[in-house]
Amino acid sequence: MSATTLPAVAAPRSRPGLLRRFRRYPLPSIGAILLLALVVSALAAPWIAPHDPFEMNVVDRLVPPGADYTFGTDAYGRDIFSRTLHGGRVSLFIGVSVAIASTAIGLLIGVVAGYFRMADAILMRVMDGLMAIPGILLAIALMSLTRASIWVVIVAITIPEVPRVVRLVRAVVLTVREQVYIEAATAIGTRFPRLMWRHILPNTVAPLIVQATYIAASAVLVESYLSFLGVGTPPEVPSWGNIIAEGRLYVQIAFWNILFPSIFLALMVLSINVLGDGLRDMLDPRLARRL
Amino acid sequence: MSASQPVLAVEGLVKHYGIRPGLFGRARAQVRAVDGVSFSIAPGETLGLVGESGCGKSTVGKAVLRLVEPTAGRVTLEGEDITALNRAGMIARRRRMQVIFQDPYSSLNPRMTAGDIVQEPLINFGIGSAGEQRERVAALFARVGLRPDQRSNYPHEFSGGQRQRLGIARALALGPSIIIGDEPVSALDVSVQAQVINLMMDLQDEFGLSYLFVAHDLGVVEHISHRVAVMYLGKIVEIAPRAALFEEPRHPYTEALLSAVPVSHPRQRRKRVTLKGDVPSPVNPPPGCRFHTRCPIAVPLCREVEPPLLADPSGHATACHLRSQASPA
Repeated sequence: MSATTLPAVAAPRSRPGLLRRFRRYPLPSIGAILLLALVVSALAAPWIAPHDPFEMNVVDRLVPPGADYTFGTDAYGRDIFSRTLHGGRVSLFIGVSVAIASTAIGLLIGVVAGYFRMADAILMRVMDGLMAIPGILLAIALMSLTRASIWVVIVAITIPEVPRVVRLVRAVVLTVREQVYIEAATAIGTRFPRLMWRHILPNTVAPLIVQATYIAASAVLVESYLSFLGVGTPPEVPSWGNIIAEGRLYVQIAFWNILFPSIFLALMVLSINVLGDGLRDMLDPRLARRL
Repeated sequence: MSASQPVLAVEGLVKHYGIRPGLFGRARAQVRAVDGVSFSIAPGETLGLVGESGCGKSTVGKAVLRLVEPTAGRVTLEGEDITALNRAGMIARRRRMQVIFQDPYSSLNPRMTAGDIVQEPLINFGIGSAGEQRERVAALFARVGLRPDQRSNYPHEFSGGQRQRLGIARALALGPSIIIGDEPVSALDVSVQAQVINLMMDLQDEFGLSYLFVAHDLGVVEHISHRVAVMYLGKIVEIAPRAALFEEPRHPYTEALLSAVPVSHPRQRRKRVTLKGDVPSPVNPPPGCRFHTRCPIAVPLCREVEPPLLADPSGHATACHLRSQASPA
């Protein structure tokens, strides 16, 4: 047989530029920029905050937003702007921690449930049980058993999120393990660890990234309402939920106490969600092919 | 290895699938996908395995490879029984027995480059250094008619025929003695089919490979096979050297199958043997001869007694009470 005389298809495989990506996905890009700004402002809070977030000032109580205090002060004369920036650190830390912890635990359990038939039935019933526990009740129960700390909040938010990740990973593993290329890998003598690492797990990365963003957004929100209810972050920590909870008492005479931390909270949740939607579209192989 | 020893010998291979009503339910019924199949393949020989959809021919291929676990029977690879081997033992034997799949799209991992796909078997068995492995991959690419610079391309950048060449390169990488082709060309265009078939035949001559070639296209099977086995409802009904099977088929099912092959000349007419009814369910195969429900020449004996697969001295074996030309030994 003659050698293949098929013409060389030298497809230019340049990566789409940043600008082109921005034009194609304007909304997620704006979300990413907004989130980046919020993250930078939170991380740089100790250096860019004009005041100490804990410093009380009896004279400047409930001062409206103005030249001295950009976002005004609270009932103890603490600077709302500085407290809001520092509150971003708490929210960000909790959001990222919960996203990492729940995806890591969920990935592990999901792979086991998806790959080993015997473990599947048992694990998934346990996951169904966990899903039935409302996050707030779990947080209240944990808080009454231990003393309030950020770690307890992280655990309380992580536990109800794990089953969602498990279901996602299990579904992906169940689909992929039936693929012919898994059979092909077995036929060429691929052992289990490599089979998992090279052939099965790469398929979970894209959906997990998307899921992690949703979890992070949800964790930021849940932390706030747990703190607002008094079962979240310890009151001395300036989290957004705590600032809003304290400001609630003075909302009629000093609306800025809750307005600014609420705006930051809403913007962060919004930007993460918009970014997550965008990533979902970008990482979808059916859509990606057209890029 | 002596020349007379078959590369692959299959004895009484059975694969039943249980139909489970639920997660914890017991299997109520069995699909008898493969129900007692025996054959052997000599070094450098191609055995074509044909039959209509659902007759169990692909399952035979997969059970031989132990990609599905056989329910019963024995598979002997180069004189060694591989049916009872544990996982590690089976992995070691996979070097000698490889597979080419039907679908060149789904059988290649879309996230791996072509070079990685062909290199993977070498990595699995730790054959050579990384540099030697890359050289071997380049040589394999050249041998199957792919350009070595295509190693960094992903499967979706190849055409169907090129992807099947990749599948062949992957199967060749370990230097097997036998390759199971599970309908390796049925997903390809006719012109590409010929190229891939010819490549497989060239490789057979070059490396002394044996093939178990599963297919439903009789024209392709006639071209590549030395011997042909015909399956019906999980059993082999006739097995014979190619010329004997195509020129003087004995089993009525084989006759019907051959008469369905389109004739290439427009004026030429062939006597068509049309079968009545459908293939019975493999859950409840008919008693006696499995073909009696549709057989044009069936007699009462066929409904009662299952005909054994008997070979005449020329090696032409038929499972039919009326047509088998061998005397029971």
